[in-house]
Amino acid sequence: MSATETGSAATGKSGDRTGAEPAWKRVADDQMRRGAFRRTLPVWGAAFVVLMIMPLLFSSAVGVTIMNQMGISIVFALSYNMLLGQGGMLSFGHAVYFGLGGFLSVHVMNYVEYDGWWLPLPLLPFVGGLFGLAFAVPIGSFSTRRAGTVFAMISLGVGELVAACSIIFVAFFGGEEGVSGDRTMGPPVFGSEFLSEVEVYYLIAGIVLVAALFMYLFSRTPAGRMANAVRDNEERAEFVGYSQRYVRFVSFCASGFFAGMAGGLFAINYEILTEENLNLVTSGWVLLMAFIGGVGFFVGPIVGAIVLTLLQTVLSNHTELWQLYVGILFVLTVMYAPRGLTGLVAMHGPALRTGRLGILARAYGAAVVPLLAFLAGVVLLLEMGNVANQSVVGESEAHVFGLTLDVSTVAPWLVALALAAGGGYALVRLAPRLRDAFARATGQAGAAS
Amino acid sequence: MTAALQMQGVRKSFGPTEIIRGIDLEIPTGERHAIIGPNGAGKSTLFHLISGKYSKTAGRILLNGTEVTELQPYQINRMGLSRSFQITNIFPRLSVFENVRCGLLWSMGYRNSFWRLVDTERALNERAAQILDEIGLLERCDLPAGVLAYAEQRALEIGITIAGGAEVIMLDEPTAGMSHSETEGVVELIRRVTQGRTLVMVEHDMGVVFNLADRISVLVYGEIIATGTPEEVRASKAVQEAYLGAVDAGEGEAH
Repeated sequence: MSATETGSAATGKSGDRTGAEPAWKRVADDQMRRGAFRRTLPVWGAAFVVLMIMPLLFSSAVGVTIMNQMGISIVFALSYNMLLGQGGMLSFGHAVYFGLGGFLSVHVMNYVEYDGWWLPLPLLPFVGGLFGLAFAVPIGSFSTRRAGTVFAMISLGVGELVAACSIIFVAFFGGEEGVSGDRTMGPPVFGSEFLSEVEVYYLIAGIVLVAALFMYLFSRTPAGRMANAVRDNEERAEFVGYSQRYVRFVSFCASGFFAGMAGGLFAINYEILTEENLNLVTSGWVLLMAFIGGVGFFVGPIVGAIVLTLLQTVLSNHTELWQLYVGILFVLTVMYAPRGLTGLVAMHGPALRTGRLGILARAYGAAVVPLLAFLAGVVLLLEMGNVANQSVVGESEAHVFGLTLDVSTVAPWLVALALAAGGGYALVRLAPRLRDAFARATGQAGAAS
Repeated sequence: MTAALQMQGVRKSFGPTEIIRGIDLEIPTGERHAIIGPNGAGKSTLFHLISGKYSKTAGRILLNGTEVTELQPYQINRMGLSRSFQITNIFPRLSVFENVRCGLLWSMGYRNSFWRLVDTERALNERAAQILDEIGLLERCDLPAGVLAYAEQRALEIGITIAGGAEVIMLDEPTAGMSHSETEGVVELIRRVTQGRTLVMVEHDMGVVFNLADRISVLVYGEIIATGTPEEVRASKAVQEAYLGAVDAGEGEAH
């Protein structure tokens, strides 16, 4: 569509200066108005309200525990996305800054308890952040030289190195038991000594809001914008005066700071840190959160942190295969939704704006039953297979969806197979109609007809 | 007055192959200088050497009298040299507006600051919009640069190159792959935006070269065989033998 306008575009008209104010002035004003921070204030206000009322909606001990974990994961995943989404740096060792920030926070907690240090608990995450930064500066000074494979390999190496150190330096890392502390020994804040989970929730919620706000603002600064530019085209950035290495270094340090903050929150919430908080599993987990949520959006990692924490806490209560489901979700995201869950929602934006979401709703409605049948069939097969595979003699009952199935009989297998095959077949048949509906709803087909 | 750009005995080898074989060239401030030559003569390599993308095997390069031979591209850019690329080289996922704004940031002193917000800086945004107006992309400013049409991307490339206000502008085949009308537009654009600056360009289109350039250097097999005004180069026997002869006949009919 744009090809038709190339002729006039390249000729360089000198502007429509017919009105009182030149066209470029209008565009500049427009850009500044749309980029203005106050336009995002309603979102931040809404986030504040939601964070405040969540414990009233989910007041159970389990609910608060899960939300605390979500808050920590949100800060951690957002800090990771400063590297991957904003700066184009694929890190396999981000847990280093999370873990080290957390370990040092626990130590500081102990200094408060035993050595009489004065530090109100809400400031501890900032201390953790400074520790994360303190490690990001020396490591970033050499690892940000290149992006891509080189950076990924160095991050992997550093991650392994620190994880290995954590077993060797027992005095600092506490060996296999880790290091534990007591958050309640600091000076009371507004009368709270953070004895209850809910008090900790509000502390975490406050820090989440502050950290997310500053990470968002960072993305709108010259340093943050150039991080995007270097991600897009590092060579071009060099030829407009920016050292790609230094631009990455600044983002890397900021990211290390916020990862350390998340580590400080972890220390407050769990009062213990162990080797597994800075090893490769945790580094991989934060990558999954950011990627499944969607690295191209600021809110992507928040969505990912919420969804994966739910899977980790709720789903793991129901099935021992939960990690398999997370793995499948990740592979499906990489293959079919590289922009993540947020991208799946965002791609419906055009249809929503033109009021044609109804077309899609009908198509999706037709696909709901086959999709559920397919998923149910696959889950049944996996769960029954798991039981059959590791069955002790005489143990042949699988508990799925509240049902008890005997995997030694043929009937449940046939039903599961039928559901999976039937649902899958129906989905394949429906796929062209879904694509067509999507094209019509977003106006891609409408333009042609 | 020192020349904007001086090359003294510049050489570049890739392994055993010498691509640039001793270039001595002075380009005075304010001149529009074209480098022409057959494919594989080393024109783009010479550009990469001047702008710091490649290291030099031998020789010196001076920008406004200051040696830049060993400097990195970003350092050379900060000293007032800006270049475009033969293959479009933009920030594809950023908006057109942001492309130009990124081209401005360093030169306007923002460096890597993380305590200022780009959207609140009036001078920065107005300058970016003015440049977009100049290159004719004002109405396309919200599109991701990667979806622009080819000619528009080339115009944006020039916009990013001139944004920083560099005194020496280097354009590598700015009209490559363009239609006749698009080429005319770009020539006018280049003439306008390089007013009062030094321009060094590589170009294959002889119409563009003879139209724009004050002086021309002919590069053949890594050596400059002639430098002079368009008339002098046209008249040069060596050039006709080595390069122009066949092309000139075709050009003569076209004009």
